Amino acid sequence: MAYSNQLLDHFKNPRNVGTLDKENKNVGTGLVGAPECGDVMRLQIQVSDEGVIEDAKFKTFGCGSAIASSSLATEWLKGKSVEDALKIDNMAIVEELALPPVKIHCSVLAEDAIKSAIKDYKEKNA
Amino acid sequence: MANPRKIYLDNNSTTPCDPRVVEAMLPYFYEVPGNAASRNHPFGWAAEEAVSVAREQIADLIGVEEKEIIFTSGATEADNLALKGVFEMYKRKGNHIITVKTEHKAVLDSCAKIEKMGGEVTYLDVDRKGRLNLEELEAAIKDTTILVSVMWANNETGTIQDMKAIGDICEKHGVLFMSDATQAVGKIKTHPKEVGVHLMAFTGHKMYGPKGVGVLFVNRKKPRVKVTAQIDGGGHERGMRSGTLNVPAIVGMGKAAAIAKAEMEQDAARVSKLRDKLEKELSANLEEVYLNGDIDNRMPHVTNLSFKHVEGEGLMMTFNENIAVSSGSACTSASLEPSYVLIALGLGDDLAHSSIRFSLGRFTTEEEVDLAIAALTKGVSHMRDLSPIWEMYKEGIDLDAVEWSEH
Repeated sequence: MAYSNQLLDHFKNPRNVGTLDKENKNVGTGLVGAPECGDVMRLQIQVSDEGVIEDAKFKTFGCGSAIASSSLATEWLKGKSVEDALKIDNMAIVEELALPPVKIHCSVLAEDAIKSAIKDYKEKNA
Repeated sequence: MANPRKIYLDNNSTTPCDPRVVEAMLPYFYEVPGNAASRNHPFGWAAEEAVSVAREQIADLIGVEEKEIIFTSGATEADNLALKGVFEMYKRKGNHIITVKTEHKAVLDSCAKIEKMGGEVTYLDVDRKGRLNLEELEAAIKDTTILVSVMWANNETGTIQDMKAIGDICEKHGVLFMSDATQAVGKIKTHPKEVGVHLMAFTGHKMYGPKGVGVLFVNRKKPRVKVTAQIDGGGHERGMRSGTLNVPAIVGMGKAAAIAKAEMEQDAARVSKLRDKLEKELSANLEEVYLNGDIDNRMPHVTNLSFKHVEGEGLMMTFNENIAVSSGSACTSASLEPSYVLIALGLGDDLAHSSIRFSLGRFTTEEEVDLAIAALTKGVSHMRDLSPIWEMYKEGIDLDAVEWSEH
Protein backbone atom coordinates (compact mmCIF):
# COMPACT_ATOMS: atom_id res chain seq x y z
CA MET A 1 0.00 0.00 0.00
CA ALA A 2 1.47 3.35 -0.98
CA TYR A 3 0.91 6.04 1.62
CA SER A 4 0.83 9.80 1.10
CA ASN A 5 3.88 11.93 1.80
CA GLN A 6 2.03 13.69 4.63
CA LEU A 7 1.32 10.36 6.31
CA LEU A 8 4.89 9.14 5.87
CA ASP A 9 6.22 12.43 7.24
CA HIS A 10 4.12 12.12 10.40
CA PHE A 11 5.13 8.48 10.73
CA LYS A 12 8.84 9.10 10.30
CA ASN A 13 8.94 12.34 12.26
CA PRO A 14 6.13 11.97 14.76
CA ARG A 15 5.30 15.27 16.50
CA ASN A 16 4.76 15.57 20.23
CA VAL A 17 5.62 12.05 21.34
CA GLY A 18 5.67 11.76 25.08
CA THR A 19 3.92 11.72 28.38
CA LEU A 20 2.34 14.47 30.47
CA ASP A 21 1.72 14.11 34.17
CA LYS A 22 -1.73 12.59 34.28
CA GLU A 23 -2.16 13.59 37.95
CA ASN A 24 -1.89 17.28 37.03
CA LYS A 25 -5.28 19.00 37.26
CA ASN A 26 -4.68 20.81 33.96
CA VAL A 27 -3.91 17.60 32.06
CA GLY A 28 -6.56 15.52 30.34
CA THR A 29 -5.72 11.96 29.27
CA GLY A 30 -7.52 9.84 26.69
CA LEU A 31 -6.65 6.16 26.27
CA VAL A 32 -8.61 4.48 23.50
CA GLY A 33 -8.41 1.27 21.51
CA ALA A 34 -7.32 -2.17 22.69
CA PRO A 35 -4.18 -4.29 22.25
CA GLU A 36 -6.29 -7.14 20.80
CA CYS A 37 -7.52 -4.80 18.07
CA GLY A 38 -4.00 -3.84 17.14
CA ASP A 39 -4.20 -0.19 18.11
CA VAL A 40 -4.08 1.76 21.34
CA MET A 41 -3.79 5.57 21.42
CA ARG A 42 -2.99 7.66 24.41
CA LEU A 43 -3.48 11.36 23.84
CA GLN A 44 -2.92 14.01 26.48
CA ILE A 45 -3.64 17.73 26.58
CA GLN A 46 -2.44 20.40 28.97
CA VAL A 47 -4.89 23.29 29.25
CA SER A 48 -4.13 26.82 30.43
CA ASP A 49 -6.30 28.63 32.94
CA GLU A 50 -7.78 30.51 29.98
CA GLY A 51 -8.97 27.22 28.48
CA VAL A 52 -6.38 27.06 25.69
CA ILE A 53 -4.52 23.83 24.92
CA GLU A 54 -0.88 24.71 25.56
CA ASP A 55 0.60 21.30 25.03
CA ALA A 56 -0.41 17.95 23.61
CA LYS A 57 1.43 14.62 23.68
CA PHE A 58 0.71 11.17 22.38
CA LYS A 59 1.90 7.62 22.36
CA THR A 60 0.37 5.09 20.01
CA PHE A 61 0.65 1.34 19.56
CA GLY A 62 -0.53 0.66 16.06
CA CYS A 63 0.04 0.78 12.36
CA GLY A 64 1.54 3.66 10.43
CA SER A 65 -1.83 5.32 9.88
CA ALA A 66 -2.68 5.20 13.58
CA ILE A 67 0.62 6.78 14.53
CA ALA A 68 0.33 9.47 11.86
CA SER A 69 -3.31 10.23 12.82
CA SER A 70 -2.41 10.75 16.46
CA SER A 71 0.68 12.80 15.61
CA LEU A 72 -1.43 15.07 13.40
CA ALA A 73 -4.09 15.36 16.09
CA THR A 74 -1.59 16.67 18.64
CA GLU A 75 -0.36 19.21 16.12
CA TRP A 76 -3.88 20.47 15.50
CA LEU A 77 -4.76 20.57 19.19
CA LYS A 78 -1.99 22.92 20.25
CA GLY A 79 -3.19 26.50 20.53
CA LYS A 80 -6.86 25.60 20.19
CA SER A 81 -9.46 26.31 22.81
CA VAL A 82 -11.02 23.22 24.35
CA GLU A 83 -14.29 24.01 22.63
CA ASP A 84 -12.65 24.33 19.20
CA ALA A 85 -10.74 21.09 19.80
CA LEU A 86 -14.04 19.27 20.18
CA LYS A 87 -14.89 20.26 16.62
CA ILE A 88 -11.98 18.32 15.10
CA ASP A 89 -13.58 15.79 12.81
CA ASN A 90 -12.06 12.48 11.83
CA MET A 91 -12.75 13.18 8.14
CA ALA A 92 -10.39 16.17 8.29
CA ILE A 93 -7.65 13.76 9.39
CA VAL A 94 -8.60 11.36 6.58
CA GLU A 95 -8.26 14.19 4.07
CA GLU A 96 -5.04 15.64 5.41
CA LEU A 97 -3.27 12.26 5.49
CA ALA A 98 -5.08 10.79 2.46
CA LEU A 99 -5.92 7.69 4.48
CA PRO A 100 -7.02 4.73 2.40
CA PRO A 101 -10.54 3.40 3.17
CA VAL A 102 -9.31 0.47 5.29
CA LYS A 103 -7.49 2.92 7.53
CA ILE A 104 -10.35 5.31 8.25
CA HIS A 105 -10.85 3.66 11.64
CA CYS A 106 -7.44 5.10 12.64
CA SER A 107 -8.82 8.63 12.22
CA VAL A 108 -11.95 7.68 14.17
CA LEU A 109 -9.73 6.45 16.96
CA ALA A 110 -7.82 9.76 16.94
CA GLU A 111 -11.09 11.71 17.21
CA ASP A 112 -12.16 9.41 20.06
CA ALA A 113 -8.82 10.04 21.77
CA ILE A 114 -9.27 13.82 21.53
CA LYS A 115 -12.81 13.65 22.94
CA SER A 116 -11.74 11.28 25.67
CA ALA A 117 -8.84 13.53 26.73
CA ILE A 118 -11.13 16.57 26.85
CA LYS A 119 -13.72 14.66 28.83
CA ASP A 120 -11.07 13.67 31.35
CA TYR A 121 -9.89 17.29 31.63
CA LYS A 122 -13.44 18.55 32.10
CA GLU A 123 -14.26 15.97 34.75
CA LYS A 124 -11.15 16.95 36.67
CA ASN A 125 -12.14 20.61 36.56
CA ALA A 126 -15.86 20.30 36.99
CA MET B 1 18.99 3.89 6.40
CA ALA B 2 22.31 4.57 4.78
CA ASN B 3 22.35 1.35 2.82
CA PRO B 4 20.10 1.69 -0.21
CA ARG B 5 20.34 -1.98 -1.11
CA LYS B 6 17.02 -3.78 -1.01
CA ILE B 7 16.98 -6.85 1.19
CA TYR B 8 14.46 -9.59 0.47
CA LEU B 9 13.48 -11.73 3.45
CA ASP B 10 10.05 -12.69 2.14
CA ASN B 11 10.91 -15.84 0.23
CA ASN B 12 7.81 -17.65 1.49
CA SER B 13 5.73 -15.21 -0.55
CA THR B 14 7.72 -15.92 -3.65
CA THR B 15 11.33 -16.64 -4.47
CA PRO B 16 13.37 -14.85 -7.09
CA CYS B 17 13.72 -16.91 -10.25
CA ASP B 18 17.24 -18.37 -10.30
CA PRO B 19 19.20 -16.88 -13.24
CA ARG B 20 20.04 -20.43 -14.36
CA VAL B 21 16.30 -21.10 -14.57
CA VAL B 22 15.69 -17.95 -16.61
CA GLU B 23 18.45 -18.98 -18.99
CA ALA B 24 16.93 -22.43 -19.44
CA MET B 25 13.51 -20.93 -20.19
CA LEU B 26 14.52 -18.32 -22.76
CA PRO B 27 14.71 -20.52 -25.88
CA TYR B 28 11.15 -21.68 -25.32
CA PHE B 29 9.60 -18.30 -26.01
CA TYR B 30 10.83 -17.81 -29.59
CA GLU B 31 13.26 -20.43 -30.81
CA VAL B 32 11.14 -23.38 -29.69
CA PRO B 33 7.62 -22.00 -29.93
CA GLY B 34 5.66 -25.23 -30.36
CA ASN B 35 2.59 -26.54 -28.61
CA ALA B 36 3.51 -29.71 -26.73
CA ALA B 37 0.26 -31.25 -27.91
CA SER B 38 1.11 -30.82 -31.62
CA ARG B 39 2.02 -34.37 -32.49
CA ASN B 40 2.68 -33.97 -36.21
CA HIS B 41 5.57 -31.56 -36.65
CA PRO B 42 9.00 -30.87 -35.20
CA PHE B 43 7.88 -27.70 -33.38
CA GLY B 44 5.49 -29.76 -31.32
CA TRP B 45 7.99 -32.58 -30.85
CA ALA B 46 10.62 -30.18 -29.50
CA ALA B 47 8.13 -28.68 -27.04
CA GLU B 48 6.94 -32.13 -25.98
CA GLU B 49 10.53 -33.24 -25.46
CA ALA B 50 11.25 -30.20 -23.30
CA VAL B 51 8.16 -30.87 -21.17
CA SER B 52 9.16 -34.49 -20.83
CA VAL B 53 12.63 -33.54 -19.55
CA ALA B 54 11.07 -31.14 -17.03
CA ARG B 55 8.62 -33.82 -15.91
CA GLU B 56 11.55 -36.16 -15.28
CA GLN B 57 13.46 -33.50 -13.35
CA ILE B 58 10.48 -32.77 -11.12
CA ALA B 59 9.62 -36.45 -10.64
CA ASP B 60 13.23 -37.07 -9.73
CA LEU B 61 13.22 -34.34 -7.08
CA ILE B 62 10.25 -35.87 -5.26
CA GLY B 63 10.97 -39.52 -5.98
CA VAL B 64 7.95 -40.36 -8.16
CA GLU B 65 7.29 -41.46 -11.76
CA GLU B 66 6.96 -38.90 -14.56
CA LYS B 67 3.42 -40.02 -15.32
CA GLU B 68 2.41 -39.00 -11.82
CA ILE B 69 3.18 -35.32 -12.47
CA ILE B 70 0.16 -33.22 -13.54
CA PHE B 71 1.06 -29.68 -14.56
CA THR B 72 -1.22 -26.86 -13.43
CA SER B 73 -1.03 -23.08 -13.26
CA GLY B 74 0.24 -23.14 -9.69
CA ALA B 75 -0.24 -24.60 -6.24
CA THR B 76 -3.65 -22.97 -5.75
CA GLU B 77 -4.99 -24.75 -8.81
CA ALA B 78 -3.29 -27.98 -7.77
CA ASP B 79 -4.92 -27.75 -4.30
CA ASN B 80 -8.31 -27.08 -5.89
CA LEU B 81 -7.88 -29.99 -8.30
CA ALA B 82 -6.82 -32.40 -5.56
CA LEU B 83 -9.61 -31.55 -3.13
CA LYS B 84 -12.52 -30.96 -5.48
CA GLY B 85 -11.27 -33.63 -7.88
CA VAL B 86 -11.12 -36.29 -5.16
CA PHE B 87 -14.47 -35.18 -3.74
CA GLU B 88 -16.17 -35.57 -7.11
CA MET B 89 -14.38 -38.79 -8.02
CA TYR B 90 -14.96 -40.57 -4.70
CA LYS B 91 -18.25 -39.10 -3.54
CA ARG B 92 -20.01 -42.43 -3.88
CA LYS B 93 -17.56 -43.80 -1.36
CA GLY B 94 -18.00 -40.95 1.09
CA ASN B 95 -18.25 -37.20 1.48
CA HIS B 96 -16.03 -36.51 4.48
CA ILE B 97 -12.69 -34.69 4.31
CA ILE B 98 -10.35 -33.93 7.20
CA THR B 99 -8.02 -30.96 7.15
CA VAL B 100 -6.34 -28.54 9.55
CA LYS B 101 -7.16 -25.00 10.65
CA THR B 102 -3.72 -23.70 9.69
CA GLU B 103 -3.90 -24.74 6.04
CA HIS B 104 -3.46 -22.24 3.23
CA LYS B 105 -6.59 -20.50 1.94
CA ALA B 106 -6.34 -22.50 -1.28
CA VAL B 107 -7.17 -25.57 0.79
CA LEU B 108 -9.58 -23.97 3.27
CA ASP B 109 -11.59 -22.13 0.62
CA SER B 110 -11.74 -25.25 -1.54
CA CYS B 111 -13.05 -27.14 1.50
CA ALA B 112 -15.66 -24.43 2.10
CA LYS B 113 -16.80 -24.86 -1.50
CA ILE B 114 -16.95 -28.62 -1.03
CA GLU B 115 -19.17 -28.11 2.03
CA LYS B 116 -21.54 -26.12 -0.16
CA MET B 117 -21.47 -28.99 -2.64
CA GLY B 118 -22.69 -31.41 0.04
CA GLY B 119 -19.40 -32.44 1.56
CA GLU B 120 -18.56 -32.61 5.24
CA VAL B 121 -15.26 -31.20 6.42
CA THR B 122 -13.52 -31.56 9.79
CA TYR B 123 -10.98 -28.85 10.63
CA LEU B 124 -8.44 -30.12 13.16
CA ASP B 125 -6.86 -27.87 15.77
CA VAL B 126 -3.11 -27.57 16.21
CA ASP B 127 -1.00 -27.28 19.33
CA ARG B 128 1.03 -24.27 20.43
CA LYS B 129 3.76 -25.25 17.97
CA GLY B 130 1.41 -25.66 15.04
CA ARG B 131 1.34 -29.46 14.91
CA LEU B 132 -1.82 -31.48 14.75
CA ASN B 133 -2.64 -34.14 17.32
CA LEU B 134 -2.37 -37.62 15.77
CA GLU B 135 -4.95 -39.12 18.12
CA GLU B 136 -7.46 -36.43 17.21
CA LEU B 137 -6.79 -37.10 13.56
CA GLU B 138 -7.37 -40.82 13.95
CA ALA B 139 -10.51 -40.22 16.00
CA ALA B 140 -11.89 -37.94 13.31
CA ILE B 141 -11.71 -40.63 10.63
CA LYS B 142 -15.05 -42.33 9.98
CA ASP B 143 -16.68 -44.60 7.41
CA THR B 144 -17.44 -41.72 5.08
CA THR B 145 -13.93 -40.21 5.20
CA ILE B 146 -12.32 -40.14 1.77
CA LEU B 147 -9.41 -37.75 2.21
CA VAL B 148 -7.05 -36.24 4.77
CA SER B 149 -5.37 -33.01 3.67
CA VAL B 150 -2.40 -31.74 5.70
CA MET B 151 0.17 -29.24 4.54
CA TRP B 152 3.77 -30.42 4.67
CA ALA B 153 5.16 -27.17 6.08
CA ASN B 154 3.30 -24.06 7.14
CA ASN B 155 3.82 -20.87 5.19
CA GLU B 156 3.68 -18.54 8.20
CA THR B 157 5.57 -20.46 10.87
CA GLY B 158 7.54 -23.05 8.90
CA THR B 159 6.22 -25.80 11.18
CA ILE B 160 6.62 -29.23 9.58
CA GLN B 161 3.97 -31.85 10.31
CA ASP B 162 4.79 -35.46 11.18
CA MET B 163 4.02 -36.62 7.65
CA LYS B 164 5.00 -40.27 8.07
CA ALA B 165 2.85 -40.72 11.16
CA ILE B 166 -0.12 -39.11 9.40
CA GLY B 167 0.49 -41.25 6.33
CA ASP B 168 0.50 -44.39 8.49
CA ILE B 169 -2.84 -43.48 10.04
CA CYS B 170 -4.35 -42.84 6.60
CA GLU B 171 -3.07 -46.16 5.32
CA LYS B 172 -4.41 -48.01 8.34
CA HIS B 173 -7.89 -46.65 7.66
CA GLY B 174 -7.71 -46.78 3.88
CA VAL B 175 -8.22 -43.07 3.24
CA LEU B 176 -6.36 -40.95 0.74
CA PHE B 177 -3.72 -38.52 2.00
CA MET B 178 -3.16 -35.22 0.24
CA SER B 179 -0.55 -32.59 1.08
CA ASP B 180 -0.06 -28.99 0.08
CA ALA B 181 3.74 -29.08 0.03
CA THR B 182 4.20 -25.67 -1.55
CA GLN B 183 6.58 -24.38 1.10
CA ALA B 184 8.57 -27.58 1.44
CA VAL B 185 9.35 -28.87 -2.05
CA GLY B 186 12.80 -27.92 -3.23
CA LYS B 187 13.87 -26.83 0.24
CA ILE B 188 13.71 -30.05 2.25
CA LYS B 189 13.28 -33.67 1.18
CA THR B 190 9.67 -34.25 0.19
CA HIS B 191 9.17 -37.77 -1.10
CA PRO B 192 5.42 -38.45 -1.00
CA LYS B 193 5.77 -42.19 -1.48
CA GLU B 194 8.02 -42.56 1.54
CA VAL B 195 5.45 -41.05 3.87
CA GLY B 196 2.24 -42.30 2.28
CA VAL B 197 1.11 -39.11 0.52
CA HIS B 198 -1.08 -39.87 -2.51
CA LEU B 199 -1.59 -36.34 -3.84
CA MET B 200 0.84 -33.47 -3.43
CA ALA B 201 0.51 -29.88 -4.62
CA PHE B 202 3.41 -27.48 -5.16
CA THR B 203 4.49 -24.57 -7.31
CA GLY B 204 7.43 -23.29 -9.31
CA HIS B 205 7.76 -19.84 -7.81
CA LYS B 206 8.54 -20.96 -4.27
CA MET B 207 11.52 -23.03 -5.42
CA TYR B 208 13.36 -20.42 -7.49
CA GLY B 209 11.36 -21.22 -10.61
CA PRO B 210 8.86 -19.06 -12.49
CA LYS B 211 5.34 -18.06 -11.46
CA GLY B 212 2.37 -19.47 -13.33
CA VAL B 213 3.26 -23.15 -13.14
CA GLY B 214 2.57 -25.77 -10.51
CA VAL B 215 2.23 -29.49 -10.10
CA LEU B 216 -0.18 -31.95 -8.62
CA PHE B 217 1.45 -35.30 -7.97
CA VAL B 218 -1.17 -38.04 -8.30
CA ASN B 219 -0.23 -41.55 -7.17
CA ARG B 220 -0.72 -44.10 -9.96
CA LYS B 221 -0.24 -47.47 -8.26
CA LYS B 222 -1.23 -48.89 -4.89
CA PRO B 223 -3.51 -47.10 -4.77
CA ARG B 224 -4.37 -45.84 -8.23
CA VAL B 225 -5.72 -42.38 -7.51
CA LYS B 226 -7.91 -40.45 -9.91
CA VAL B 227 -9.27 -36.95 -9.71
CA THR B 228 -12.14 -35.45 -11.68
CA ALA B 229 -10.86 -32.69 -13.93
CA GLN B 230 -11.85 -29.20 -12.84
CA ILE B 231 -10.84 -27.58 -16.13
CA ASP B 232 -12.27 -29.21 -19.23
CA GLY B 233 -10.91 -28.94 -22.73
CA GLY B 234 -8.40 -30.87 -24.79
CA GLY B 235 -7.84 -33.65 -22.28
CA HIS B 236 -4.24 -32.78 -21.53
CA GLU B 237 -2.35 -34.23 -18.57
CA ARG B 238 -4.01 -37.64 -18.74
CA GLY B 239 -7.42 -36.02 -18.82
CA MET B 240 -6.99 -34.46 -15.40
CA ARG B 241 -6.10 -30.92 -16.45
CA SER B 242 -6.88 -29.51 -19.85
CA GLY B 243 -5.13 -26.49 -21.29
CA THR B 244 -2.10 -25.90 -23.49
CA LEU B 245 1.01 -26.57 -21.47
CA ASN B 246 2.98 -23.50 -20.41
CA VAL B 247 6.18 -24.82 -21.95
CA PRO B 248 8.68 -22.10 -20.91
CA ALA B 249 7.42 -22.13 -17.32
CA ILE B 250 7.42 -25.92 -17.19
CA VAL B 251 11.00 -25.98 -18.50
CA GLY B 252 11.87 -23.44 -15.81
CA MET B 253 10.23 -25.43 -13.05
CA GLY B 254 12.10 -28.52 -14.26
CA LYS B 255 15.41 -26.69 -14.16
CA ALA B 256 14.54 -25.32 -10.70
CA ALA B 257 13.84 -28.88 -9.54
CA ALA B 258 17.17 -30.13 -10.89
CA ILE B 259 19.04 -27.30 -9.14
CA ALA B 260 17.11 -27.92 -5.91
CA LYS B 261 17.94 -31.59 -6.00
CA ALA B 262 21.64 -30.82 -6.34
CA GLU B 263 21.84 -27.91 -3.93
CA MET B 264 19.01 -27.91 -1.41
CA GLU B 265 20.94 -29.68 1.30
CA GLN B 266 23.79 -27.19 1.29
CA ASP B 267 21.34 -24.28 0.86
CA ALA B 268 19.39 -25.44 3.90
CA ALA B 269 22.52 -25.79 6.03
CA ARG B 270 23.76 -22.32 5.11
CA VAL B 271 20.42 -20.56 5.40
CA SER B 272 19.48 -22.17 8.71
CA LYS B 273 22.71 -20.80 10.22
CA LEU B 274 21.74 -17.31 9.07
CA ARG B 275 18.19 -17.79 10.37
CA ASP B 276 19.51 -18.91 13.74
CA LYS B 277 21.81 -15.91 13.87
CA LEU B 278 18.93 -13.56 13.12
CA GLU B 279 16.82 -15.15 15.81
CA LYS B 280 19.57 -15.26 18.42
CA GLU B 281 20.73 -11.68 17.94
CA LEU B 282 17.26 -10.18 17.89
CA SER B 283 16.39 -12.07 21.07
CA ALA B 284 19.63 -10.81 22.66
CA ASN B 285 19.17 -7.20 21.53
CA LEU B 286 15.52 -6.88 22.48
CA GLU B 287 13.30 -7.84 25.41
CA GLU B 288 10.00 -9.67 25.05
CA VAL B 289 10.63 -11.49 21.78
CA TYR B 290 8.57 -14.64 21.24
CA LEU B 291 9.14 -17.42 18.75
CA ASN B 292 6.01 -18.67 16.98
CA GLY B 293 6.17 -22.23 15.66
CA ASP B 294 8.05 -25.41 16.38
CA ILE B 295 11.75 -24.97 16.96
CA ASP B 296 12.36 -28.74 16.59
CA ASN B 297 10.31 -29.32 13.44
CA ARG B 298 10.49 -26.41 11.08
CA MET B 299 11.75 -25.23 7.75
CA PRO B 300 15.40 -24.19 7.75
CA HIS B 301 14.85 -20.74 6.30
CA VAL B 302 11.87 -19.42 8.29
CA THR B 303 11.40 -17.75 11.63
CA ASN B 304 8.28 -16.07 12.94
CA LEU B 305 8.82 -13.73 15.87
CA SER B 306 6.47 -11.56 17.92
CA PHE B 307 7.85 -8.33 19.33
CA LYS B 308 5.52 -7.64 22.21
CA HIS B 309 3.72 -4.27 22.37
CA VAL B 310 4.78 -3.32 18.85
CA GLU B 311 2.31 -3.49 15.98
CA GLY B 312 3.65 -5.38 12.96
CA GLU B 313 2.64 -3.08 10.12
CA GLY B 314 3.93 0.00 11.91
CA LEU B 315 7.18 -1.81 12.65
CA MET B 316 7.59 -2.81 9.01
CA MET B 317 7.10 0.80 7.97
CA THR B 318 10.26 1.74 9.85
CA PHE B 319 12.39 -0.27 7.42
CA ASN B 320 10.26 -1.37 4.49
CA GLU B 321 11.93 0.95 2.02
CA ASN B 322 14.90 -1.39 2.23
CA ILE B 323 13.83 -4.64 3.83
CA ALA B 324 10.97 -6.93 2.86
CA VAL B 325 9.38 -9.19 5.47
CA SER B 326 5.74 -9.94 6.25
CA SER B 327 3.50 -9.70 9.29
CA GLY B 328 0.52 -11.51 10.79
CA SER B 329 -0.86 -8.17 11.87
CA ALA B 330 -4.42 -7.34 10.90
CA CYS B 331 -3.29 -4.09 9.35
CA THR B 332 -1.47 -5.96 6.63
CA SER B 333 -4.59 -7.83 5.57
CA ALA B 334 -7.70 -6.63 3.84
CA SER B 335 -9.88 -8.38 6.40
CA LEU B 336 -8.48 -6.44 9.40
CA GLU B 337 -8.21 -9.75 11.25
CA PRO B 338 -4.85 -10.95 12.54
CA SER B 339 -3.34 -14.13 11.13
CA TYR B 340 -5.69 -17.10 11.56
CA VAL B 341 -2.66 -19.37 11.58
CA LEU B 342 -1.14 -17.69 14.63
CA ILE B 343 -4.53 -17.53 16.34
CA ALA B 344 -4.88 -21.30 15.77
CA LEU B 345 -1.56 -21.76 17.58
CA GLY B 346 -3.21 -20.14 20.58
CA LEU B 347 -1.48 -16.78 20.38
CA GLY B 348 -3.44 -13.87 21.77
CA ASP B 349 -4.54 -11.32 19.21
CA ASP B 350 -1.98 -8.88 20.62
CA LEU B 351 0.97 -11.20 19.89
CA ALA B 352 -0.44 -12.00 16.46
CA HIS B 353 -0.55 -8.28 15.68
CA SER B 354 3.09 -8.07 16.77
CA SER B 355 4.41 -10.88 14.58
CA ILE B 356 6.97 -10.67 11.81
CA ARG B 357 7.81 -13.54 9.47
CA PHE B 358 11.32 -13.67 8.11
CA SER B 359 11.81 -16.11 5.25
CA LEU B 360 15.37 -16.30 4.00
CA GLY B 361 16.43 -17.84 0.74
CA ARG B 362 19.15 -19.09 -1.55
CA PHE B 363 20.30 -15.58 -2.33
CA THR B 364 20.28 -14.20 1.22
CA THR B 365 23.73 -13.14 2.41
CA GLU B 366 25.11 -12.79 5.92
CA GLU B 367 25.61 -9.07 5.34
CA GLU B 368 21.91 -8.73 4.58
CA VAL B 369 20.99 -10.60 7.74
CA ASP B 370 23.25 -8.29 9.74
CA LEU B 371 21.56 -5.24 8.23
CA ALA B 372 18.15 -6.72 9.00
CA ILE B 373 19.13 -7.37 12.62
CA ALA B 374 20.26 -3.74 12.97
CA ALA B 375 17.11 -2.37 11.30
CA LEU B 376 14.77 -4.54 13.37
CA THR B 377 16.51 -3.69 16.61
CA LYS B 378 16.26 0.01 15.83
CA GLY B 379 12.69 -0.27 14.56
CA VAL B 380 11.37 -2.21 17.54
CA SER B 381 13.07 0.16 19.99
CA HIS B 382 11.62 3.16 18.17
CA MET B 383 8.12 1.69 18.09
CA ARG B 384 8.31 0.82 21.77
CA ASP B 385 9.29 4.41 22.57
CA LEU B 386 6.05 5.36 20.80
CA SER B 387 3.96 2.63 22.41
CA PRO B 388 1.72 3.50 25.37
CA ILE B 389 1.28 -0.16 26.25
CA TRP B 390 5.04 -0.69 26.33
CA GLU B 391 5.25 2.25 28.75
CA MET B 392 2.46 0.76 30.87
CA TYR B 393 4.13 -2.64 30.79
CA LYS B 394 7.39 -1.06 31.93
CA GLU B 395 5.55 0.69 34.78
CA GLY B 396 4.34 -2.70 35.92
CA ILE B 397 0.69 -2.17 35.00
CA ASP B 398 -1.20 -5.41 34.37
CA LEU B 399 -2.48 -4.87 30.85
CA ASP B 400 -5.02 -7.66 31.19
CA ALA B 401 -6.63 -5.79 34.06
CA VAL B 402 -7.07 -2.57 32.04
CA GLU B 403 -10.55 -1.89 30.74
CA TRP B 404 -9.93 -1.26 27.06
CA SER B 405 -12.41 0.43 24.80
CA GLU B 406 -12.76 -2.24 22.14
CA HIS B 407 -13.63 -0.84 18.78
